[in-house]
Amino acid sequence: MYSDKVMEHFNNPRNVGEIENPDAVGEVGNPVCGDIMKLFLKIEDNIITDIKFKTFGCGAAVATSSMVTELAQGKDLESALEITNETVAEALDGLPSQKMHCSNLAAEALQEAIEDYRSAGDDTEESENQKGQETKKTVEAK
Amino acid sequence: MDEKSIYFDHAATTPVAPEVKEEMDPYFDKYFGNPSSLYSLAMDSSRAVTRAREKVADFLGADNEREIIFTSGGTESDNLAVKGTAMALKDKGKHIITSEIEHHAVLHTCQYLEDNLDFEVTYLPVDDEGFVDPQDLKKAIRPDTVLITIMMANNEIGTIQPIAKLGQIAHSNDIIFHTDAVQSVAKVPVDVDDLNVDLLSLSAHKFNGPKGIGALYVRQGTKLLPQMQGGAQEKKRRAGTENVPGIVGLRAALELNEKKERQEDIQRIIYLRDKIINKIEDNIDASILNGPRGDKRLPGNVNFCFRYIEGESMLLNLDMKGIAASSGSACTSGSLEPSHVLLALGRSHEVAHGSLRVSLNHSNTEKEVDYFLEELPKIVDKLRDMSPLYEG
Repeated sequence: MYSDKVMEHFNNPRNVGEIENPDAVGEVGNPVCGDIMKLFLKIEDNIITDIKFKTFGCGAAVATSSMVTELAQGKDLESALEITNETVAEALDGLPSQKMHCSNLAAEALQEAIEDYRSAGDDTEESENQKGQETKKTVEAK
Repeated sequence: MDEKSIYFDHAATTPVAPEVKEEMDPYFDKYFGNPSSLYSLAMDSSRAVTRAREKVADFLGADNEREIIFTSGGTESDNLAVKGTAMALKDKGKHIITSEIEHHAVLHTCQYLEDNLDFEVTYLPVDDEGFVDPQDLKKAIRPDTVLITIMMANNEIGTIQPIAKLGQIAHSNDIIFHTDAVQSVAKVPVDVDDLNVDLLSLSAHKFNGPKGIGALYVRQGTKLLPQMQGGAQEKKRRAGTENVPGIVGLRAALELNEKKERQEDIQRIIYLRDKIINKIEDNIDASILNGPRGDKRLPGNVNFCFRYIEGESMLLNLDMKGIAASSGSACTSGSLEPSHVLLALGRSHEVAHGSLRVSLNHSNTEKEVDYFLEELPKIVDKLRDMSPLYEG
């Protein structure tokens, strides 16, 4: 049913685990359909410097998670956003047709993580600015 | 322990036993005649079919061999039983009662009758071990109920229903009762009179007979509309030239299973089943047994849900260790839904996706069971380490 490459990634998944204090997290899927993928990213100067995953799901779900971490590692965020579910499936020498939609969610998890990072980035800058202003005010009051 | 090959999926199918294969062999070429023909070559085929029919009738405790119809297997037997009686009795009423955990051969046939022929179907719920409550059956009966169809033993979780009691309720209300006994025959005693059934389905490949052959028991006097039109075979109830080698194989497989040593070996299968159940419960946390314990469970059936992990991943890992088993996860059902049986027990979708079924038969050894029990916890741990749902 699965290509050798899918089985190879399923048997020896790359980058399994969590990152402590990640810069971004992306989670897709739900337990009802039987696939959940969670991606953790470290990002420095717009580059993905570390990436790890945790997945609940079938062989295709695990293999696509593993493959997306390989594809995204070391890429800048713009190039990483160009990775699609199709890219991941191609890199695995294809997936059975019934798996294309239900278990091929890894690229979406990556996109969600990057979007999470960008919006959180805005928040952080804002809150840091606010903090800075507050500190200033405190100083002035003294 | 490499190059292992352990087969733990006997509820799916079994290999044809060598002695069965040997008995079938001459009927492919030496005695190839059409049983409907007149010359002596055909008599050999015809006699083989009659002998087989008598054996099936005898095995099931039927009064008469005319009550046996040969079919292509469990699915056809279920279709013929359900559609055949429903269509024959449609002027009397159009209500059928079944259970939520039937095999798809019954469930989808009932749905077909709802969708195309305006039947109404009541799907009885089951308790958390998979049992139909006879009180629920009594309450579901209506004046227009013409058929009750409830499986004898469940193919996924091994629950053996109180068929004799359910059949008695059906008969005291003058309703035809069918049971799908595909998983039960040659595993637990099956006697059509003790069970109070009018129709009973069986399939040879579940007990070391060949695929493509089964039978439907039809109690004398039960109205049945044929579902296959053509020749006059099977007393005009199932047209088509008889699958003579298959019929011989079915007979030989029943004779094999009647042997004393084979009957006694069932106790060993029960011991292996309970060893797997007990060791899994002792050694793997968050494991949930599906189905009952003890003599209400099929001898060779084990079914567990392992929380936080998914079934197909377990099967792929077991396969790498040379172990063939099955699961009720969505990926193995060919749909997006996990097993309807596990959902009917009240399992959540997430839990139902993590199911594993092991089904044993006479060929399995304690050594194989021990190897499986050694490998399974490692596989569960590996997948849980990878799961975002599992908090160490």
